Amino acid sequence: MNGIHDMGGMHGFGPVPREENEPVFHEEWEGRIYAINLCTRMPAGLRPEIEEIPPATYLRYSYYEKWLHAKVEGLIKIGLIDRGELALREVAIAESPSAVAKPVVDPERARERIERLKTLYLPDAEPTGEPRFHAGDEVCVRNINPPGHTRMPRYVRGHTGTVQQLWGWHRFEDQDPPGVMTDQAEPVYSVRFEGSELWGEQAEPNQAVYIDMWESYLESPDSLSNSDSEE
Amino acid sequence: MSGHHDDGHTHEQSVPEIRTKALESLLVEKGIISTDEIDEVARMYEQDIGPMNGAQVVAKAWTDPEYKKRLLEEGTSAIAELGFAGAQGAKIAVFENTPEVHNMVVCTLCSCYPWPVLGLPPTWYKSEAYRSRAVIEPRSVLKEFGTELDDDVEVRVWDSNSEVRYMILPERPAGTEGMSEEELVEIVTRDAMIGVTKVDVPTSAV
Repeated sequence: MNGIHDMGGMHGFGPVPREENEPVFHEEWEGRIYAINLCTRMPAGLRPEIEEIPPATYLRYSYYEKWLHAKVEGLIKIGLIDRGELALREVAIAESPSAVAKPVVDPERARERIERLKTLYLPDAEPTGEPRFHAGDEVCVRNINPPGHTRMPRYVRGHTGTVQQLWGWHRFEDQDPPGVMTDQAEPVYSVRFEGSELWGEQAEPNQAVYIDMWESYLESPDSLSNSDSEE
Repeated sequence: MSGHHDDGHTHEQSVPEIRTKALESLLVEKGIISTDEIDEVARMYEQDIGPMNGAQVVAKAWTDPEYKKRLLEEGTSAIAELGFAGAQGAKIAVFENTPEVHNMVVCTLCSCYPWPVLGLPPTWYKSEAYRSRAVIEPRSVLKEFGTELDDDVEVRVWDSNSEVRYMILPERPAGTEGMSEEELVEIVTRDAMIGVTKVDVPTSAV
């Protein structure tokens, strides 16, 4: 979706804010919601829910407030929790911090979780054909504006780049229609875009952006001119 | 670290703190998570997984040409040789900074970052300013980090929009020839492995 999260190339956010000796989590609850997210997977993951946050709210929320919001909405959607029971519990805990659940300790389960998070896994899916593009090919990014989750940022749409390499066949992550995640796998390529191609006269000198493109994002410039001539 | 206060002592609870406690309570009571599972995962990313992992990878690559070759050809498996793998590290590609080419990493859409080697990203990496500006004015961003590059140095910005994660192998600074791998680990910084700074020559070596 053309959301506020798609920030590449925007102006107006000022200098990059930096903090010396920053802790991993600034508040204890940040570490809790971070870990809760890793331990409760949702079919489409967290990102589609984060991207649905209205733009003004998105900018107001801290990073982990976005995670919290997205996790709650996602878990309600898949029916694991109910909005009403959450609201009631919040009232109870606000009145008395001791209204939290009695701790449940399960060392075996914790050990398994840690092992799983530290285990190498592969994103690669089985190829279902031959990749359409090869290193050195010029490619053009399709101009599409899907309303759901997409991994194609606005700033590359309609622009021409050069295929650098094939990363492999990865699951297509886009939602189409919103709420639906397909299982199909596609070749994913690293594509190089010159700064001047993306930013025109405002581009800084001698700069390029490398971004990963699922095959269905791309067209060959030849096929574009062919379809033009057919029309 | 436990998220629970047994003594009834209260501080002012923020809205997200209350909401997180309520959510955790419901999930624990439904048997979906256990309390110590959450404790352990949060602790692991606070203490065990961080840029000290990536620093070992860099120092090894600086001192072992064969390892460096493997690292640049197939990052994930070379990194796994040192025991670093897992969530947000299914495929890690490593690019080398040289006097001619300077690489840096961003995630414009989100906050994707190579957890197994760098841990969780700093707030600046997740900031609107960095995400918006890194692709359109990388030199200006680098300058804010104190990294000034001549125009004849090519700047390559890697936008982490797929499941591939990126790590930068910084240039080994001059004056470190006599340093051991263990000593080199100490001078490698997180920001240099994101590619926004270079590794400084340690003052002791000057």
